[in-house]
Amino acid sequence: MQLIHCPWCGPREEVEFHYGGQAGVAYPERPAELSDQDWAEYVFYRDNPKGTFAERWSHSAGCRRWFDAVRDTHTYRFLSTTKPRPKEVRV
Amino acid sequence: MTTNPPGADLPEHPDFLWRNPEPKKTYDVVIVGGGGHGLATAHYLAKNHGITNVAVLEKGWLAGGNMARNTTLIRSNYLWDESAAIYEHSLKLWEGLEDDLGYPILFSQRGVLNLAHTEQDIRDSVRRVEANKLNGIDAEWLEPDEVKRICPIINTSEDIRYPVQGATYQARAGIAKHDYVAWGFARRADEAGIDLIQDCEVLGFTVDGDRVTGVRTSRGDIGCGTVALCAAGHTSVLLDHLGVRAPLQSHPLQALVSELLEPVHPTIVMSNAVHVYVSQAHKGELVMGAGVDAYNGYGQRGAFHIIERQMAAAVELFPVFARAHLLRSWAGIVDVTPDASPIIGHTPYENVFVNAGWGTGGFKATPGIGWCYAHTIAHGEPHPYVAPFSLGRFTTGALVDEHGAAAVAH
Repeated sequence: MQLIHCPWCGPREEVEFHYGGQAGVAYPERPAELSDQDWAEYVFYRDNPKGTFAERWSHSAGCRRWFDAVRDTHTYRFLSTTKPRPKEVRV
Repeated sequence: MTTNPPGADLPEHPDFLWRNPEPKKTYDVVIVGGGGHGLATAHYLAKNHGITNVAVLEKGWLAGGNMARNTTLIRSNYLWDESAAIYEHSLKLWEGLEDDLGYPILFSQRGVLNLAHTEQDIRDSVRRVEANKLNGIDAEWLEPDEVKRICPIINTSEDIRYPVQGATYQARAGIAKHDYVAWGFARRADEAGIDLIQDCEVLGFTVDGDRVTGVRTSRGDIGCGTVALCAAGHTSVLLDHLGVRAPLQSHPLQALVSELLEPVHPTIVMSNAVHVYVSQAHKGELVMGAGVDAYNGYGQRGAFHIIERQMAAAVELFPVFARAHLLRSWAGIVDVTPDASPIIGHTPYENVFVNAGWGTGGFKATPGIGWCYAHTIAHGEPHPYVAPFSLGRFTTGALVDEHGAAAVAH
C-alpha cells in the first residue's frame, strides 16, 4: 500500500482514496452537434498509456474532495497531486 | 475427486517443446502476442484454414504473460446470448482439446458454484440460470444445503456477514493446466510449420495508406500480409503505434496460491459480492483470484489491500483456510472495456485485426477465440460468434453488457 498526498490533507494511505480515471475530459461544448462517433469517444474512449497519466482521484475517506494526479502507470509512482484548476467561466 | 495424492496424475514434462527459429523476412500472417490466444489462433489457422506461413511474435517468452498468471477457470454461464455463444463454443472445444492437441492439459470438469448472498443476487442468479438453459448451457439453481453437499467446506451458516443464500451451478465448468494448454497449442502450431518467435517485441508498424506493410520489432523488420493483434493488456500500447484509439483500460488483476494441501476443495467457488474465487490446483495449491485493482496499471503487481479483502472473504466462506499459508501472489495486466465484453474484428487498417478487452475472462475463451479469430483472419470478416464484439458497437450502442451479469464483476 502506498501513501498518496492529498492536496488538502497531506499523505494518507491508499485505501482512503477512490480512483476516477483520466483527468481533463471536458463535457462537449456543443453537445447537439456531436456525431455518434464523437459521443462514443466522449463516453467510452479514454487514454490508456503505459507511463505518465493525468488522472482524477478522490480522497473519499477523508476530505471527500477530488484532485488531479500525475502518475506513472508502469511504476505506479505518483509524480504530483494538485488541487483541480478552477473552471473557466464562460459567458 | 481423485483418490491419488495431489499431483500424482501430473504428466512428465515433455522432452521437446518447439523450434526457436530466426524470423523470416515476411509472413502471410503476423500474430502479435504469444499467449494462449495467439497460440490457439496459430493452431486453428493451420488446422482449419491451411494457413501456415505465420509468425507468432512474443516480446517475452511464450505464454509468460497473462497465460502464466491466470486462475485457469473455464465456464460458459454468461448471461447474454452473444457471450454464451462464444464461451460455450469454447467450452465444447475444451472438452475435446486433449485429443485435438495430442497433449495432456488436465482439463478437470469439477463444476463451478457462483454464490448468491442477497435477495437480489438470488433473482439475478435464477435469471441467469434460465438464460443459460435457453442457450443450451447446463445450469442449475441450488439452495444452501445443496451447495453444502457439493462443497462441504463452505460455511453456510446464517451468522456470517454475507450468508450463502444459494448458488448457480454449472457442472461442465472446470480448470485446466495453463502451461500445458499453451505448450499443446505451441507444439501443434510448430509442427504445422508456424514460427514461434520469442524475445521479439513489436516497436511499431510500417504503414502504407490504410494498410500495414510491416512490423518493426526488436529483432528487425518483418513484412506481413495480415496483422492479428493478440496482446491482451498491452493492446493499447500497440494501437498507439498505429494512431488508433480503443475503449480499453489496463488494470492489474491479482491472484495468489497457498502452499500445497491435501484435496479439500472439490469444485470451483466464485462469489461476486465478497469477491473471491477459489479452486484447488492439481498439485494441491488453493488458487484464489480477486477483482481488478481500481487504477490503471501495467506493472504486473497490485496493492496489498486488495489481497487483504480477498483473504478476509475467503476465510469467512472457508474457515478451514484460516491456517493455510500464502505461497506467492502476482498480477496479470488485463484490458477492460466499458461493457466488460471483448473487442474483436476490424480496425481502421484493412489488414489489421484486433482481439482484446477480455478483461478477467480470457483464459476460458482460449480455444474458442483461437477458432473464431483464425476464421476472421482467413476470411477477412468476423466469424459470426465474434461479429457482435466489434469496435463499432461503442458507436452504434449495441453493447454486450456483461458487467455484473456474467456471474462475476469485472
